[in-house]
Amino acid sequence: MIEVKELTKSYGPTVAVNSVSFDAHAGEVLGFLGPNGAGKTTTMRILTCYLSADAGNATVAGYDVFEESIEVRKQIGYLPESAPLYTDMGVLEYLNFMTQVRQLPKSQRKERIRSVIDTCGLEGVIQKDIGELSKGYRQRLGLAQSLIHDPPILILDEPTSGLDPNQIIEIRNLIRDIGQEKLVLFSTHILSEVSATCSRVLIINNGEIVANGTPEELASQAKGEEIVHIAIRGPQEAVEAQLNELDFVSQWTAIETSNGILAYQISATQESNAAEELFHVVVQNGWSLTELRQESADLEDVFLNLTDKEQTQVQKQQSAEQADDNDDA
Amino acid sequence: MTNIAAIFKKEFRSYFNSPIAYIFITFFLGLSSWLFFRGFFFGNQAEMRLFFVYMPWIFLFFVPAVTMKLWAEEKKIGTIEILMTLPIRDYEVVLGKFFASFALLIVTVLLSLVIPFSVMYVGDPDGGIIITGYIGLLLMGAAYLAIGLCASTLTENQIIAFILGIFTCFVLLIIGEDIVLFNAHDWLFPIFSYLGLGAHYSSILRGVLDSRDIIYYLSVIGFFLYLSTLAVESRKWR
Repeated sequence: MIEVKELTKSYGPTVAVNSVSFDAHAGEVLGFLGPNGAGKTTTMRILTCYLSADAGNATVAGYDVFEESIEVRKQIGYLPESAPLYTDMGVLEYLNFMTQVRQLPKSQRKERIRSVIDTCGLEGVIQKDIGELSKGYRQRLGLAQSLIHDPPILILDEPTSGLDPNQIIEIRNLIRDIGQEKLVLFSTHILSEVSATCSRVLIINNGEIVANGTPEELASQAKGEEIVHIAIRGPQEAVEAQLNELDFVSQWTAIETSNGILAYQISATQESNAAEELFHVVVQNGWSLTELRQESADLEDVFLNLTDKEQTQVQKQQSAEQADDNDDA
Repeated sequence: MTNIAAIFKKEFRSYFNSPIAYIFITFFLGLSSWLFFRGFFFGNQAEMRLFFVYMPWIFLFFVPAVTMKLWAEEKKIGTIEILMTLPIRDYEVVLGKFFASFALLIVTVLLSLVIPFSVMYVGDPDGGIIITGYIGLLLMGAAYLAIGLCASTLTENQIIAFILGIFTCFVLLIIGEDIVLFNAHDWLFPIFSYLGLGAHYSSILRGVLDSRDIIYYLSVIGFFLYLSTLAVESRKWR
């Protein structure tokens, strides 16, 4: 229902979204995951026709986002970040206004308002002004507003930010329910949210999509990147020189050295049997092994790994330099 | 059309949901009546001229205050993001907001009808001149509104929108005033005297509703509403 091809958007010299492509279909809850400033909001704004892109194209429900903007907007319910609402309006007045601008037939308006009030749990506040509402209720009203015309596609920008844990769970359940039949695209920078609600995850960093798959797929992908803890008793220089030589070691860090025992955290490349290989290396060199432990990776590791790439590379360089220094000594 | 009506209703109600409308009406009526009645009884003439002549200057400060929030506030609190992703065209929103502010102006001006009725009570004024005067007032007011609305689309700060509105109206008003015209170059004279916001109003005040004056105000309104639409659209420019 949403197809995005090589979308690019920059604000002056900063590229906010860089050649992003993905597609999404009804019945999916698509999580947009990324650190702050990664380009999540910009992508959503382009899809909702609030902004246009510099290059690339996107279609929503078969309509072109740039050419058939009005049709696209009819298909989408949108909740922008931090749920901006007219604070001087009453809750009912606001919902009523939304039914008018959404061009709902007069006969359906009351029924739709009732239905979103029920779904979003607004019963207790319908008599209030929006200005009096707490953050949580505003968020719910924002969600109600996006649901009022029963759109096939729902785009929510950080729908759970600023809510208390109970409300977060409610909103997540709501998103999951809606996602049964419709397409929900929502952004977050909270990892647990993604594994709790999404059927598919897009990880976006510095304007680029760095991962796309189900939470399970991504987690198993991360398992390919094995993390091994090892403690060796042996000559430090030789051990570290050996670590730098091993192909499957993508990165290592010395954790501590005490009583002649050297402890390292090693990241090994995919599909290597790192723990076993390391064992053989240690044995071949005649060192003794005091600890060997393999850590399992989860979504968090994928995220850190993908969104911190530059940092990781720097680390590898640094550890290589450190090893050189050690050699000199 | 239904979209324009929906935006219109929302904005018009919002004036009365907040203190803006009441403050605007009270101060406008207070100031204009005081300026009028201050000289009225000394003049010993049953006419409204004194009421109308101050209007370009009173509007200068009052009208941009009505329009300043229309876009600036939406931008500030972010509601523009919901508004502009609704299936409504940009010009429909611009028109809805413009008509809402115009409706507030009409309400205010209608309430000032107390003044002509008072004048009629004490004397026998020329009704035709009063009616054309009010038409001129509304045309000029609408032009001010369009300018103020345009200023509001350019910023998210209401105070900047207010000052920018006043400044633009002031420039357009002053170029048609004698003090500028007498010092202007010969070739500028006809341009300035045509473009001046107040000059056409003065000619309407003489009791002649000339189509050229009406066309002038309608063009100013159309031009600034068009600029507003462009400014709103500019977020999508590539």
